[in-house]
Amino acid sequence: MNARLEWRVAKLSGVHHETATARTLQLDVPGWPGHLPGQHVDVRLTDEDGYSTQRSYSLAAPADGDRIELTVQRVKDGEVSEYLTDTFSVGDPVELRGPVGGWFVWHPSRTAPVLLVAGGSGIVPLMAMVRARRQARSRAPFRLLYSVRSPSDQFYASELRRLARDDGGLDVATLYTRSVPTGVMRPPRRIGVADLEMYGWPPQFEPTCFVCGPTGFVEKVANSLVGLGHDPRRIRTERFGPTGG
Amino acid sequence: MGIVSPGFRRRRRDDDVELPPGQYLTQDFPVLSAGPTPNIPLDRWQFTISSEIGQEYQWTWDELLELPAEEPTVDIHCVTKWSKLGTTWRGVSLDLLMEEVETTADYALVHCYGGYTTNLPLEDLLDGKAWVVYEYEGSELAPQHGGPARLLVPHLYFWKSAKWVRGIQLQEFDEPGFWESVGYHNYGDPWREERYAGD
Repeated sequence: MNARLEWRVAKLSGVHHETATARTLQLDVPGWPGHLPGQHVDVRLTDEDGYSTQRSYSLAAPADGDRIELTVQRVKDGEVSEYLTDTFSVGDPVELRGPVGGWFVWHPSRTAPVLLVAGGSGIVPLMAMVRARRQARSRAPFRLLYSVRSPSDQFYASELRRLARDDGGLDVATLYTRSVPTGVMRPPRRIGVADLEMYGWPPQFEPTCFVCGPTGFVEKVANSLVGLGHDPRRIRTERFGPTGG
Repeated sequence: MGIVSPGFRRRRRDDDVELPPGQYLTQDFPVLSAGPTPNIPLDRWQFTISSEIGQEYQWTWDELLELPAEEPTVDIHCVTKWSKLGTTWRGVSLDLLMEEVETTADYALVHCYGGYTTNLPLEDLLDGKAWVVYEYEGSELAPQHGGPARLLVPHLYFWKSAKWVRGIQLQEFDEPGFWESVGYHNYGDPWREERYAGD
């Protein structure tokens, strides 16, 4: 009933630096079957001695034919993320398989309001949803809350600014936890119930909520949403651990 | 074996232990779940085994704690690639819970507080292979790790070790659970790397 997800050989066709420690990889994957926003791929690296290791990375954008994008955050001592952010060069091959995951996904045909809450590099699968919404010319109302340490840690900053400016159906609130750019009134602090109330949807609107970030962040946000009255069945979570290396 | 990744060198040295294919060692205890962590008051906690003819066998929280406990020390393997070795738990063997249950069913569908489900053959829950656990490393099981009680089936990928376990439905037919319905493998043997449907 289900065909096996085969390993494919992808080729790095382009690189875009998001921050000092994160970059977006454009990969050409012949025969890529397409994917839904929120899905991920497994990447497999193999060294000359035959040692092989795998990690999962979220797809950052809808597919463009055979081209896909991953954004990889370098993790300290992460042998895979350090390779993908430092060593891996345009033209190099890499093995991957996917798309994987059928739960933490947004279907562009859905019209219900969507609340996206990202912590740090947890923005990646949520950005894929924002981009898929635009690509599908969806009018589903989206609100994105993006919690990030400082302006220099932000992914996709100018694109998000542009998308939010040009589209009345998309609201973006960037919530800084350590340092804020000039002109931002909200003092740096961790995301709280007040932020979810101010920038999110009221539970009566019955939004589908996607929460992605480190475990502590996801626990806190998901519990706060439940506390505000959101139905737990409409809250979907995905966690990035420090072992995502 | 895969193609060589130009310039890639092994960093970790896990070679003194044998891990399932594609897994790496972690000393942390990462969390994976699909939704919010449910809040389960112990005075309303119940664990129910339902047989294929509708017979129910139930335990309250106090009744569970009164049963003879075991302290399995086991390796756990998450489908998201991390493995953690030598974890110690405390709980009740499924062999004991199943002792009085009359059944000829071949399959089990595990139900959880919060709505999560997972399926497995009944034989994978028996013969010292599975427990309902309520302690981890000598402390009560934290909510984000499945507390007050979770299933522990360490020979399968860890999503089968359902958090916040509420009951087991015995059935004559196999019925896919939560992750098994969205692209993950129906059985999930880490040593055969059965991560996704079709593996």
